[in-house]
Amino acid sequence: MRVAVVTFPGSNCDYDLYQAVKQVGGNPEFRWHRDRGLDGIDAVMLSGGFSYGDYLRAGAIARFSPIMEDVVPFAETGGPVVGVCNGFQVLCEAGLLPGALIRNEGLRFQSEDCRMRVERTDTPFTNRYEQGQVIRVPLAHAEGNYRADDETLARLEGENLVLFRYVDADGEATPASNPNGSTANIAGILNERGNVMGMMPHPERAMESLLGSTDGVPLFESLVASLGGRAGADVVGAGR
Amino acid sequence: MKRYRLEIRVTPRPGILDPQGKAIHHALHSLGWTGVDDVRVGKAIHLEIEAESEEAARAEATTMCEKLLANPVTEDFEIDRVEADATDSGDSKSDDQGPDDQGSDDQGSEDAEQG
Repeated sequence: MRVAVVTFPGSNCDYDLYQAVKQVGGNPEFRWHRDRGLDGIDAVMLSGGFSYGDYLRAGAIARFSPIMEDVVPFAETGGPVVGVCNGFQVLCEAGLLPGALIRNEGLRFQSEDCRMRVERTDTPFTNRYEQGQVIRVPLAHAEGNYRADDETLARLEGENLVLFRYVDADGEATPASNPNGSTANIAGILNERGNVMGMMPHPERAMESLLGSTDGVPLFESLVASLGGRAGADVVGAGR
Repeated sequence: MKRYRLEIRVTPRPGILDPQGKAIHHALHSLGWTGVDDVRVGKAIHLEIEAESEEAARAEATTMCEKLLANPVTEDFEIDRVEADATDSGDSKSDDQGPDDQGSDDQGSEDAEQG
């Protein structure tokens, strides 16, 4: 299973994504922002970081990178696309996901573990989780405050397109468990077709128990499994 | 073609939370300006454009705002000023542009933060 990991100038989680895909038995390959061509690629991942220094708005300039001219049709024809952190911001700017991510409510750069509830498991990104499972994953961002107009929010909730929500240890979406002020504690969303997903927290940083959590592993296993790969075959201790 | 200077103002849309405005509002109150009811923070983008006319310059800037300079989900934009560059002597002879026509169009970064 071939996964293209896109690197923009200023991306800094691309190697983490690459490693995570490899760890679950996928075949990652890098794409520089100026590269073209996604022939034979099964899934695309946009990594975290500060593409183009986050100038103007996070993701606003990356959206016009040459590789995005291939990513957009790839997504529009049903190819799975994942955006993590800055990648989520890029997907929103590109119009592949609704809404926008603005400055955190407290104005601070938040860098901490968060808890998220998995709201759906019938997706290519979450089929290896349990419905309602609470997972612990690191987050690190200054602009993760999810906003959309009322109509869009009603549609997201009505069509069950909120994939992850910030929650407390009991799985409740409370104001205290919301790290950035996101509307309805939204941490990650899906598009209507169900093939494009964006999330602020970093599952690729939760792949090793030595580093604090392995709760990100099922996300990558889900993706590989949904594409017919052999997910989970060699997770433990793999990818050194 | 003539050179025009434009000032564009990008502001958070009404109803969109403006965390920076809120923090500044709070700071102003702490400093004693308790009469301040609301603060909104946006950004100013200054452009120099070569265009056939003022209308053309304005139209082009509008497209730039719609496509890149503002995010319609969270921001409104206004083109505050369009004026012909007084130092630009001629029409049409500006193919061979002066040294000052480059390098200033990334001023949008002035209040972009680490993100």
